[in-house]
Amino acid sequence: METSAIIILVAAVLTNNILLTNFLGMCSFIACSGQISTAIGLGTAVTFVMTMTSIINYAIYYFVLEPLGLDHLTFIVFIAVIAAFVQFVEMFIERFSPKLYFALGIFLPLITVNCAILGASLFMIIRDYNFIQSVGYGFGSGLGWMLAIIMMAGLRQKMRYSNIPEPFRGVPIAMIVTCVLAMAFMGFAGMVSIQ
Amino acid sequence: MVCLLAVTGIKFYLWSVLSFAGLAVALSALLIVAEQFLVNYGICKIDINKGEKPIEVDGGQTLLSALYSNEIFIPSACGGKGSCGHCKITVTAGGGPLLPTETPYLDRKEIRADVRLACQVKIREDIFVQIPEELLSVKMFSATVESSIVLTHDIKEIRMRLNEPAEISQRPGQYVQIQAPSDEGPIFRAYSISSPSYDENVVELNVRIVPGGIGSTYLHNLQEGDPVIFTGPYGEFELSDDPDVEIICVGGGCGMAPMKNIIHTLYDKWPDRSCWLFFGCRTTADVFYLQEFEELAKKHPNFHVVYALSDELGEGEQWDGETGFIHLSADKFLEADLARQAFLCGPPPMIEAVTRILEEKGIKPDDIFYDKF
Repeated sequence: METSAIIILVAAVLTNNILLTNFLGMCSFIACSGQISTAIGLGTAVTFVMTMTSIINYAIYYFVLEPLGLDHLTFIVFIAVIAAFVQFVEMFIERFSPKLYFALGIFLPLITVNCAILGASLFMIIRDYNFIQSVGYGFGSGLGWMLAIIMMAGLRQKMRYSNIPEPFRGVPIAMIVTCVLAMAFMGFAGMVSIQ
Repeated sequence: MVCLLAVTGIKFYLWSVLSFAGLAVALSALLIVAEQFLVNYGICKIDINKGEKPIEVDGGQTLLSALYSNEIFIPSACGGKGSCGHCKITVTAGGGPLLPTETPYLDRKEIRADVRLACQVKIREDIFVQIPEELLSVKMFSATVESSIVLTHDIKEIRMRLNEPAEISQRPGQYVQIQAPSDEGPIFRAYSISSPSYDENVVELNVRIVPGGIGSTYLHNLQEGDPVIFTGPYGEFELSDDPDVEIICVGGGCGMAPMKNIIHTLYDKWPDRSCWLFFGCRTTADVFYLQEFEELAKKHPNFHVVYALSDELGEGEQWDGETGFIHLSADKFLEADLARQAFLCGPPPMIEAVTRILEEKGIKPDDIFYDKF
């Protein structure tokens, strides 16, 4: 029986969180988790782009690359599509919602190089998801990434007032906290499972 | 068999390259079409200094390039990449919120006063800006290299005769921005004018070659008769008009250009005015213009020239002037508590040391001007 898209979505958020189990998208996760507000901005942008690029990449893979036997171009094509899509979204938002544009500011271009986005598109191919499943997976991975970065931002805001030993301040403690967070998420394992 | 394999291989590669190229072209085409529709803001108005000079431009471009195409030359060294922080102007309305790309170049006071980097502000609606009158009078000049003289092993004096416009009205201490070609299009580099202000048809520069420097390499390679384009004059320094105010010039390295301009302009106007020139060099090989200034000092007894060498003398070198760092010479020769104006030009540590000495001698910080580089 095929796994339903809802289950894949929930699994992508909790048990198979792309950031905390695959450790993808770490650079922007560490760099932009200083404040909850920026984390929400970046998280929203990532979720949106991840969902949309999953859809576009699904179409390109199954209607262009596979029929033509060009599987080996998957990586480079996906990267190009993501970059172009981000450019397009940037122009679109700038035109129709300058407020959102300035709120997202520098985050939109940052997404181009977020490996979680490419990762989601590649997993969807490797795991042989159908279209509905892919949409669920893309959206779920985005939500999962957003959840993780918001939790991290909350923790880092609290950590500002704690007495951390000098050598651990900044990125080292952020890495350690990420690991603890990832271990905590292992508690969800077995709840729902996808490959 | 091998031949067949090779043909299939080549076909395979060609096919891959073609498909990817096709996809890239399709994506770019989509983006260009989207740009046509999305980044089209129609005609916007730029209101400069409250309606004194309103101009209409196509929306969607940056404020810097819009002003530039309307012949308002805001200083910019990086060509609009947001990496020099020179193109600061005040945007009172219509500029959108401050961007993260601008904050590193603005201090709190400037942010409160609505100062923005013109190269980062995109025109999306009618925009209201304030530009100092000074900058509105900046022009673009085309000139021809008249001479290029080697002054020391790394400094050249480049003299340019103006063609269009044929005259420049500059004050000593001001600078021009030379347009130099680079791989990424024209860039601008600032150089102080060393020719005196009364020489209205000429702009002369002292250029030190910087290894790998785009501007200095371009200028050093110029030959007699080559065309040059620059904008200017820029800079806020104003020489005191009071003939009783003594002028102190302190320069180091290649920081001679503004001093030469100041001194010649000064003695053209006030032949008896008191002026000191302190110039710091490393070795005798770095000394230039000394004879010229000594002759000037013979004509004007109130002009004093002091050159100092900071390195030990090499074998066979002759030097009867001062030695040591230049701020020590300034300390030795200057009397305290006179009405003075000082202009410093050189590397930052020199500026700091000299500023300390001058303040000890009773010069107010407001009367000390400098160019750090």
